[in-house]
Order: sequence, then structure tokens, then C-alpha cells
Amino acid sequence: MRLTRRDFIKAAGGLGAALLTSPFLSKVAEAIEREKKNFPVIWIQGQTDAGCSESILNTVQPTVVDMVTDIMSLRFHQTIMAASGHQCISVLHEALKSDEKFILVVEGSVPTKDEGVYCTIGEDENGRPITFLKWVKELGEKAMYVVAIGTCATWGGIPAAEPNPTGAKPVTEIIDPKKVINLPGCPARPHHLVGVLAHLKLFGLPELDSKRRPMVFFSRLIHDNCEMRPFFEKGDFAKSFGEKKCMYLLGCKGPITYNDCPNYQWNSGLNWPIRGGSPCIGCAAESFIGSTGNGIYMRLPEAKVPGIPGLKVKADKFGTIVGAATIGGIIAHAMGRVLAHKKKKEEKKVEEER
Amino acid sequence: MAKKVVIDPITRIEGHYSIEIEVENGKIKDAWARGDMFRGWEIILKERDPQDAINVTQRICGVCPVAHAMASARALDAAFHIVPPDNGRIIRNLIAAGNLLHSHILHFYNLVALDYVDITAILDYKGNDPTMNNIKEWVKNEVKSGRNTAAAPFLPRYKGDYIKDKDLNLTAINHYVKAFEMARTAQEMIAIWGGKMPHVTGIVPGGVAENVTAEKIASYLYRLRKIKDFIDTCYIPDVTAVAKAYPRWFKIGAGYKNLLAYGIFELNNEGTQTYHIPGAFIDGKLENLDQKNIKEEVFYAKYSSPTGLHPFEGETVPDPNKPNAYTWVKAPRYSSKPMEVGPLARMVITHVSGKRSEVSNLVRDTLKSLGLDVSALFSVLGRHACRALELKIIADEAEKWLLELKPDQPVNTKYEVPKESEGFGLTEAQRGALGHWIKIKDHKIERYQCVVPSTWNCGPRDDKGIRGVIEEALIGTPIADPENPIEAVRVVRSFDPCLACAIHVIDPKTNEIRKFKVA
Repeated sequence: MRLTRRDFIKAAGGLGAALLTSPFLSKVAEAIEREKKNFPVIWIQGQTDAGCSESILNTVQPTVVDMVTDIMSLRFHQTIMAASGHQCISVLHEALKSDEKFILVVEGSVPTKDEGVYCTIGEDENGRPITFLKWVKELGEKAMYVVAIGTCATWGGIPAAEPNPTGAKPVTEIIDPKKVINLPGCPARPHHLVGVLAHLKLFGLPELDSKRRPMVFFSRLIHDNCEMRPFFEKGDFAKSFGEKKCMYLLGCKGPITYNDCPNYQWNSGLNWPIRGGSPCIGCAAESFIGSTGNGIYMRLPEAKVPGIPGLKVKADKFGTIVGAATIGGIIAHAMGRVLAHKKKKEEKKVEEER
Repeated sequence: MAKKVVIDPITRIEGHYSIEIEVENGKIKDAWARGDMFRGWEIILKERDPQDAINVTQRICGVCPVAHAMASARALDAAFHIVPPDNGRIIRNLIAAGNLLHSHILHFYNLVALDYVDITAILDYKGNDPTMNNIKEWVKNEVKSGRNTAAAPFLPRYKGDYIKDKDLNLTAINHYVKAFEMARTAQEMIAIWGGKMPHVTGIVPGGVAENVTAEKIASYLYRLRKIKDFIDTCYIPDVTAVAKAYPRWFKIGAGYKNLLAYGIFELNNEGTQTYHIPGAFIDGKLENLDQKNIKEEVFYAKYSSPTGLHPFEGETVPDPNKPNAYTWVKAPRYSSKPMEVGPLARMVITHVSGKRSEVSNLVRDTLKSLGLDVSALFSVLGRHACRALELKIIADEAEKWLLELKPDQPVNTKYEVPKESEGFGLTEAQRGALGHWIKIKDHKIERYQCVVPSTWNCGPRDDKGIRGVIEEALIGTPIADPENPIEAVRVVRSFDPCLACAIHVIDPKTNEIRKFKVA
């Protein structure tokens, strides 16, 4: 990640020591040195369980220490920083006053009901608590970029789930979405944050989709690359937890969830939910835990299909959430495959869902 | 004249927490503990599929999700009238052990150590370790920058009596770095059986989802042994070294000395036998645990629901304008008494029960080597010591449990969600006794209540005006400099608070701190 002047000189070593003293190369080395300056990061936590912070600590390469010493200048992070009380709040005030550019990371949703009193950090000079809502607005306005980390910051998450007792909102509804990068997932994944910070540092804003998620991590559905996909194609479904087959009937949300879990498994690549015998619960999806009618283990589509006991497919009440075309396509595809298999017909060529 | 000091926020804990203290003659005279964030989990759980509770309640806390999954699964097992098979029970224990390893190590090194260790000692480092040299160079350059936030997030910090011994500081900094790797390794141990971590998908009603293979057993074992080595060669020696450097902290932060533990690590499938012994330790005597004695009082909590309810009848009706209330954390009481929960409670209760000789021997030997008696455990350092000793014990036990797994045997029990039922699940989060209570009606959640460890430890005064556990533990703590109240945060952090479900004392209309009257 870090390319220092020393690294550069080392890399350029093949050119011979004499060349290194040339004015041209020393200029290049200086430019690299300038770029090395770690950009300031201010990481604030609202309605969160700190699970995203915990998740980021699982980063392998770079390590946590590499991140703090080489990638970013982590000015504020409540779970890690030494300072407490007004000493730590002064860091935020300083960031608001200074001309220095910084990246704001927001973890957790933002409660807005009753002027945001459901989450506060620090007090003002009159001893009044300062709401998280105010911090997000003020720091967000000042920040160069804002990374909304995790499902709560991206979509609102569980705090915003029905009946949303605190008026919880995602970051893009609080500040100008144009500077926001969304990293959904409950929790967010270490390589997503590392990837985004590295991209911002080296190349600027990464390519984002219409929901402001980096394409490099969120362009594929879990279902697209799922290792149980062959079982789906054959219509061979798990009936209970731990059966290593397609989890569709157990409510798998792989068909509506954009994330890269099948490609980069979890915790140093050891496992991931579907390989672990349980369905994807759609933790990075916009609909995660959203409404009471949207159960974690509830099968995605909702109507009966004659001839196939147990498989209810047709009507598409999730269409409003994920886009009718997407889920409709999946169901058509699923049914095409299942019927073909059951009747031992030749495989029909069915359009991919997207 | 008492001086009022507010520490908002308290960092290096989970969640949003602040305290207000009155300092008189260099000591804390009174204290109020406030949670600063509210989400309304129990309200959100209503009307949902009971099965969802395992995944939803994990998101209460990203540090101890597994504990919530466990409490929830046990509540569902009870409500569904099922018990897990051997493998299911053992794997749940192994997942819980992984979370304990992760949390205790992270807590001591990455959350607490900066209250004692002098990070600037790195500038004196003369060795060859590349990571240490990298940090040294970084700190040197940062300090040169002259910024107020130079070497953030490790500076600025409170002025205080940090460790002066250079070698001890350097060893601790080295282990601070290593601890991140150990915590990550412990997370991997959980993911082997849980699918992923934080937030496992592999704990399900009736057991777990992941099957047993020899490869998984080996994968867990290798990691466990690596961490055991760290416990023996780093964690226990470091806690001992800090204990020797700060002997007076064995006398600070005692609190009520009433302890509560629900027991954890099931030794039979019905869950009636656990490795850690459940019990209530009141006025120096150990009683059998009866969850019927738990009531939640809300006179000073901002709820309009009735006070003194058992969690089965518990209600969560927020009332921001309730007179006298100064927090959203309820005040749970056991037989009307405030109770401390956590590793101190688990170790003392298990030790006093006399049922686990290895626990009693380890506690006795440690106290003897430090020249202390058992009363010294009721203190800031006593809590850290109990945490370290507990980890050593459980790491040893986990290896035995692991080798009891049998490939090709079932890992879960089939179930159906009943139309109407109820159940509760009691377990231990890393930071103390955790209970979930569920009532099911028409196959849906009618009522769900969680009484979490930080409600016990971080809660407010009860209906009679008796202080909460941390509030009481703060009383009498010396404060050398009210501008740098490092002593107060040392007391608070010894409890490993995890504040994910409470809120501040604010009137939403005026956005002002409410004037609360303390009985």
C-alpha cells in the first residue's frame, strides 16, 4: 500500500546508484513522498453496535497497525482513541475549524426524530448534549468524501426497521449524497473499506453504482457466484440447516443481495454463511429486516406453483424492494430450471436475471 | 464545595456512554451514569417471526453478538420445546468460547491498556522488530508535525500516572499489536462454526447449522493453541505486571460486592448443567439462582411502563418527558438488590461454589503469589485479573470440548414454530449475565425483553434511589486532577461496558439536560 521514497529508490535500484542522484528522479521521489501523507480520517459512530469497527479489525493485509500508520491518519474513533470527554470532542471541533481536508466515516444510522436526541456525542460549552445528527451534518458538509460504512449507515438498517421508533435514516438522507460512498453489509467487510481508502488515496473516487456502492464489490448478486448454484440449477434444495445444497427454500436472500461473499469469503477466507450451512440473510440488502412481513427465513416469492409442493413462486411482493424485473427474472429462471429438471426435459435456455 | 465533572463520551468501550461525577476533597462523592443512544430493539422485534430473533438480537452488539445469539437460541429452544443434540450444544460452546477469547484480549490490550501503558515509550525502542520500528518512525514523524492530533488515535490522552518502566511499556506496546492478531484469530475460530463473524448465521433454533469435520476440528484447535500460548506468555504476565505496578488499584472501585451469574458452557443438552456455576452472591453468601427474582425498576428511567416488572411482563414504552428520569437504561434488581455481573461474578461464584477445583486452585494460587486475599478481587484490578484467569480456564476446557465432537452426528434438532408459547434463555456475555425472554402468539413475537449485562452494571438508581453498580463503584475513587479524571475512566473500563441500548438525559423539546432530583 505505502510507496515511500525509500521503496521507490529500492525499486529504482536496478538503474544504478548514479541515476538516483539525478534531479529528475529525486523530483519523482519527492512527489511520491508527498502522496505518502496519510489523509485524515474521522470515524463517528451513531446508531451502531460497533460491529463494523470490529469487522474492520479483522483485516489481514494491511494489518490494523499498517492502516493507522501508513494509510490514514485516524484522528477520531471512539472505540480506539486514547482521549475521552472534552479532549476527544475537541478533535472534532478542530476538524470543523481547520482547512485540512478529511474523509468522514459514518458507522450507524442517524436518528432524526425529536431533533435527533436518541444519540448524542459530547456536550457543547453550555453543557448541552450534541446530537449525532448535528455532527453528521456539520462534519459531512466539511468532509471531502463520506464513507457510509455498514447497512445502518447505508440503508438505515435495523434501527430504521418497522416501526422505526427513532426516525433512523441513512447518511445519504442527511447530507449531499454526491460525496457519499456506501459500503453496506452487517457488518461491512474489511477489504471493502481498505479498497475504498486505497482507491481514494491513489486514484480518487471509485466507480459507483446508482446506489453509490463501489462497483468492484457490489456489481454481482450473491446468487450469481454462489457455490451452491449448481444445486439451484438442478432444483436440489436444502430442507434444513446444515444441508449443503441450495438454500432457496430456507429463505436465502442471495438472489436479492449484492455483495462479494462467494468470491471473498469471511474471516481470512475460512467460511461464509452459505458454505456454513445457513442461508444468506441478506445483510447487505436494502430490505434487510425492513418490515415485519419480511422474515429472515421466509422464502423470497409468495405464491403457490402447481405441481411443485413446497415451492411457492409467482407473485412478487419483493419486486417493489428489489425491482420487479430482477426478482421476476430469478423466479422465471428458477422455475425454468426446476421444471426442466423434474420433467427430465432438455435444459431451456433462460435469460439471466440481469 | 463539590466540583461537577462530565466525561462525555467515555471512549474505548462499546457504545455511547458518559458519566457525571461530583468531586470533593480529591474524591468522587457522587456519580450518575448515562447511556447516550437508543434504538428500540424490543419494539422492532414485535410481530416478527420468532426465528428472526437470533439474527436480529445479535445486532444489539457487534462485540458480543454470539452471546445474544445464544440467549435468543436458548429462549427459542425453550419456547419450541426442543434441545440441541450433543454436537449442537458443543459447537455453541465453542463459538461462545471463541467470542470470550476475542473479547477479553481486545478489552485488556486494545481498550484498557492505554490507561496504564505509556505509548510514547516507543521512541526509546532499540530492537529489530519491523512493526515496532515502523510504529517508532511513525510516532517520531507525527510528533514532528506539531499537530494537536499528532499520533492520533493514541494521543492526546489524559495526563496521569502511566507506567514508568521502559521495558514493561515496550513489551505492552508489542503485545498491543499482537492482540489485534489474536482477536482476529479468535474471530476466525467463531467463523469456522458460525459462517462469519461479527454476526454469525450458524446458530439456529435446536443447535447450529455447520457440520462437524476433522478439518474443522483441526482448524479450530490450531488457532486455540496459538491463543493459549498468548494467554500464558503475554496476557497473564502482563496483567500481573500491571497489578504489581499499581497495587493501590486492588483497593479502588469495589462497588456493592453483590454478584450475579447465570452460568454458561452447557455440559448437558438440557442446559441444566453449566461449566460456570449460576448463582447470586449476596452479602457474602451464595444462593441458588432463581430468575423469578429479577425485576426491572424504571423510576429514574424514561419509560412510562409500570415499574418492578419481571422481564416476561416487561414493557418498553419510551417517555422522554418523564419527571426525574435521567437515563433510558432500566434498573434491574435481583431480590431488590443491585448486582454486579461479569468475569468477577463468574469466577467468584464458581470458586465459592467449590464445584470446579481448577478454578478455585487458580484463584487461590494467583492471590497467594500477589500476597492478596479474596476481597482484593472486588476492585478495578481484581476485575482485570478475573478476566485473564477465566480466559485461561475456558481455553483449556474448550480444547476438551472440541475433542468431544463427532463427525456425521446431527448438529441440530428439527422444530416447528408453535402458535403460542413462551421461554427464556439465560447465558453469559463476556461482560456478564445476559437473559432473553420471549412470548409467542399466533406464531409471532408478542413480547421480547433482553436484560443485558450493561443494564445490570451501567444502569441508574432504582425506585428507592439506590445507585446503579458503576455509579456505586465510582464513589470514593480518588481524582488527582479533575481536568484529567483518568481514575474515573479506569473504574468504568474495568467493567468492560457495552452500551448499545440506552440514551441521554435530554428533553427533546428544549434539548437541555433535565434537572433530575436524586433521592
